[in-house]
Amino acid sequence: MSDARSGILQRLRAGGIQADQTPPDIPLRRFDWDPAECLRRFRARMEAAHGEVHQVGADWPQRMYELLHREGGALLYGPQGPLGPALEQGWPDRGAVRLIPYLEPVEACRDTLFRSVDAGFTSCRGAIAETGSLVLWPTPQEPRLLSLVPPIHCVLLDAAEICSTFHELLTRQAWQTGMPGNVLLISGPSKSADIEQTLAYGVHGPQRLVVLVRS
Amino acid sequence: MAAEWRTRVADALANQRTRANIGRALDGLVAKRRAAFPDRDELERLRDQGQAIRTQALACLPDLLAALERNCTANGIRVHWAETCDQANRRISDILHRHEARMLIKGKSMVSEELGLNAFLEAQGIEVVETDLGELIVQLAEERPFHILAPAIHKDRRQIAELFKARFPELPYSEDAEALTATARRLLREKFRGAVAGLTGVNFAVAETGTLALVENEGNGRMCTTVPKVHIAVTGIEKVIARLDQLPTLLTLLTRSATGQPITTYVNLVGAPRRTGELDGPQEVHLILLDNGRSRICADPELRTTLRCIRCGACLNHCPVYVRLGGHAYGTVYPGPIGGILEPQLQGLAAAGSLVDASSLCGACDEICPVRIPIPRLLNRLRAEGVGAGSDSQVPGRGSRRDPRQTAIWRLWAWLHADPGRYRLLSSLLSRTGTLIPRLIRPWTKSRRPPRLAPKGLHRLAREAGFTDD
Ligand code: SF4
Repeated sequence: MSDARSGILQRLRAGGIQADQTPPDIPLRRFDWDPAECLRRFRARMEAAHGEVHQVGADWPQRMYELLHREGGALLYGPQGPLGPALEQGWPDRGAVRLIPYLEPVEACRDTLFRSVDAGFTSCRGAIAETGSLVLWPTPQEPRLLSLVPPIHCVLLDAAEICSTFHELLTRQAWQTGMPGNVLLISGPSKSADIEQTLAYGVHGPQRLVVLVRS
Repeated sequence: MAAEWRTRVADALANQRTRANIGRALDGLVAKRRAAFPDRDELERLRDQGQAIRTQALACLPDLLAALERNCTANGIRVHWAETCDQANRRISDILHRHEARMLIKGKSMVSEELGLNAFLEAQGIEVVETDLGELIVQLAEERPFHILAPAIHKDRRQIAELFKARFPELPYSEDAEALTATARRLLREKFRGAVAGLTGVNFAVAETGTLALVENEGNGRMCTTVPKVHIAVTGIEKVIARLDQLPTLLTLLTRSATGQPITTYVNLVGAPRRTGELDGPQEVHLILLDNGRSRICADPELRTTLRCIRCGACLNHCPVYVRLGGHAYGTVYPGPIGGILEPQLQGLAAAGSLVDASSLCGACDEICPVRIPIPRLLNRLRAEGVGAGSDSQVPGRGSRRDPRQTAIWRLWAWLHADPGRYRLLSSLLSRTGTLIPRLIRPWTKSRRPPRLAPKGLHRLAREAGFTDD
């Protein structure tokens, strides 16, 4: 196999590639939007992509409960995540939606995850106004599948964390200095237009994306 | 090859239903792309940057590949190199056998089509499940993707409903897109839950951080990269870019050019397998880097521009030939203008040379390509290569399309034009025998009005009007 490697690299080097090798200068692409404008644009884009956006305060667990209680069922969350304790505290005790902690490796809870969970809850690391995208950095406390397998995904976003563009966000947060094993931009519920360009939501990922914006 | 090509073209043109389906779909995509770039100046600025990023990446390809390998390895991703499709297929099946995987769930990957991976694995008794809805539809229909981004764009909902009925007779019949999509979700969810291995393509591989960027709308790609124990990513060696901060420019060019979306539902950046303490994610991530002729293409400064491609599909949507023929007539993995320049270089001009003729050189692709690949110029270059004219290039099958009759005609043509006396003789001969011409050019005049030659040529008219030769 290393034969293939050296063969390929040798051919590329022998190809005498000698164009201008200095990396192009890409100016930072951003917009001068104030926080209110960022939120307005984020919301418009997210709603255009069928995401739900709700403005909330300190009582966000209660608000989230109200948004979910009609369906009932079980909400999966990371108890050791940054919002885990606050969620537990604010969650109605004997309500229609049970909290289920994500604590075991997926191998041990695959069936629960795929079959008996109705919603997943995560924090996020910011959002992008231009495209209406949430930025998720899954961690051991908030695993990767929380935002994918349950039919509903709920996210709490701090309004101050909305950047104008993706470029601005990854530069401001200095992503190149260290990233988790999986990073996601999520811009709406899962969808497909593979049948006659007709949009259908909830293909393999969540059917509903609920964004709670805390200001 | 040429005869088969003509048959396929005739068949494609005769299929009215498919032509109506793709005509409708592509019109929609063209309009959406236009709406996605309302600011012309911004578009041109982005294209400049996209071109510069990709050009520089190709200029430093060996170094970037080495850096990508180093950084991926540091993250725990295992990197494999394959010079040929066969090597890549063997690598993949070795990994699957090691994990005793009897089934592979697949996200969208044109490189896997290039590999002929499905047939290779199925011959070894491994079940391959396409999970992108469009890919699933063409897999059920036992066809090849019709379009590099929208594989089932040629089928209307009735055809898809009938296909589902034939394959899953136990399910209720429906022609509703949402109901059909829901069926696909139900069918595939069980596969996702139980899969040991998943395979996807890669849209961009970032050398600086060892990150694999994947874009999609459905979430099936994320299922393939996150649920199974093993994730295998396959990509051509040209997909690498130098830095993470170059990604936003390319992403916005890609999604807006492809479908007019400001961004896809998911941008999935795969950086590492499951780390200590993590509860999910694959335990192994493998990256297969495929050459299959790309390093040879890279050696030619002009042809190298082919490899800038970010597979947005816009050149297909805007091509008057693709719009009429559709993707199957080309008979190759990559159809349309990008196929026309890529396939003859990958497979050689003897096998895929006909594709370079499938263009009117109208320049539409040139005008919209987000990384400014000069497609018409490359088509012309490959036409010349096909008949052995021009440079001493390495394009395989160079000269294989030379036809002695054609060569003789062009020689005669050149000879007649090289001398004023001979030229005058020719033009007076032509204007007197002009009525014979339609019979000489039957293939052209069969479906077109024959040209009618004026009794006097332009030169003669000019001279009679008092203009002199100088
Ligand atoms: S050649 Fe250009 S327009 Fe065509 S798919 Fe590639 S990047 Fe897109």
